[in-house]
Amino acid sequence: MTGNTRSTTRNGFRKHSLALALAIGLTTAFAANVSQAATWDVTITNLTNGNHFTPLLVTAHDHDTHLFQVGMPAALPIEHMAECGHLDPLLATPEVGAIDADTIANPATGLLAPGSSTTAMLVTTETHLSIVAMVLPTNDAFLGLESQHIPSEAGTYTYYVNAYDAGTEANDEVLMTAGACSYTDSGMMPGAPGMDAGMNGTGVATADSNTMIHVHRGVLGDQDTAGGNSDLDSTIHRWQNPVAKITVTVTP
Amino acid sequence: MRFFQQKQHPHLSSYLAITVISAILLTLSACGDSDNNDDVSNNDATYDITVYNLTNGQPFTPLGIVVHNSAYMPWQLGETVTIGLETLAESGDPSAFLAEANADSAVVMSTSSSNGPFGPGSSETVSITVDHSASLQLTVASMLANTNDAFAGIRNWNIGGLAVGDSASTMARVYDAGTEANDETAGSMPGPAAMGEGFNVVRDDLDRLTVHSGVVTADDGLLTSALNESHRWLGQAAKVVVTRTQ
Repeated sequence: MTGNTRSTTRNGFRKHSLALALAIGLTTAFAANVSQAATWDVTITNLTNGNHFTPLLVTAHDHDTHLFQVGMPAALPIEHMAECGHLDPLLATPEVGAIDADTIANPATGLLAPGSSTTAMLVTTETHLSIVAMVLPTNDAFLGLESQHIPSEAGTYTYYVNAYDAGTEANDEVLMTAGACSYTDSGMMPGAPGMDAGMNGTGVATADSNTMIHVHRGVLGDQDTAGGNSDLDSTIHRWQNPVAKITVTVTP
Repeated sequence: MRFFQQKQHPHLSSYLAITVISAILLTLSACGDSDNNDDVSNNDATYDITVYNLTNGQPFTPLGIVVHNSAYMPWQLGETVTIGLETLAESGDPSAFLAEANADSAVVMSTSSSNGPFGPGSSETVSITVDHSASLQLTVASMLANTNDAFAGIRNWNIGGLAVGDSASTMARVYDAGTEANDETAGSMPGPAAMGEGFNVVRDDLDRLTVHSGVVTADDGLLTSALNESHRWLGQAAKVVVTRTQ
């Protein structure tokens, strides 16, 4: 399991802020920016029984921006995230951009275990929020908050999210035994952080029938730790939706 | 989708006839409206309704779509379903469900999608035009074809508040009509994984509506099931997007 390991927030100016600063002076622009921005304290809780989340991406954006859309094909950066937990490709997209005051990667500084929570603090002038992270151990399941409108009024808002299947990899439920995860792998789960998976699974499923982003049908698992179809444990690694609870506390 | 044509549908011919008649009536009413196209007081609202199939292995049968006000109640958890909804949930044929809706004074219009079943990863869009009112609500139902009597549905979803150009999105969960035992056998499900029976008037299950517990499948130990793990789903099976274009 690799993944983005940079720690939470780095202060940075958006491009338009920088241009403004150059035009009318840094102090003035900074003050104007701060007065318009809201603070969003975003808390993500892992509601599963036996699944870890890879480093989370928490990003604010406008209403036209979509990191992903349920029912549509997964873009390549989403495939990287859903199959391997890698966030760097998403951070290189114009939709997300680099880490700054309202794009935060890896607030939990690592994996988010079942039952655990983490909080990311965003300072933003934007209106919509997206959150993604891979669900482990799976082939290409990810939790996703899809371009959720966040009210500008002070308050705490709660959202529950599903696990989605990126539709890009067969759900063979076979663990990688060596090497680094790549989105080009056909099948193979990159890790079982709970150290509770089996081995020698022969493979549950071939390619998805639904190659769009869709609601994940869940994992099957079995009770054979040394073989069987699946390397997953059917009493540990299954889940029901929702898999995550997200609360956003807005301070204008 | 071959299975839908191969299945015996006692109501199919009448369903088609109703569809044709409805289409004619719609055309006629549309002609009437077209005289008023330049009238700024025209109260028509047009909605594009798109349903995305978010399952991995469940074809959706033709959509039953009803636009109505809040007095219409197509189904209720814990209650017995109508014969129209039973027919939709067991066979995929929405015609009896739509006929029941049309007989309800709270219903503004009802229609079906016209392209047959649509599979995982596909979507279906139906455009409707009705007299606008702020209290308009939408109900949509579609059978998961590789089941005994599961359907994905949303009901009494407010769409009257949408301004022209606005969109709204919601997710549809899967219900168990409770009218047919979930034995998952090849003989009992009409979809392509089974090619079995559709509607049967016998009610040999709870006879009340529940949230569907999902299919078990042969891969998970129900050895008499005609299904495999690819046919499973978790909770929500469809996304419904409504855009008001007029």
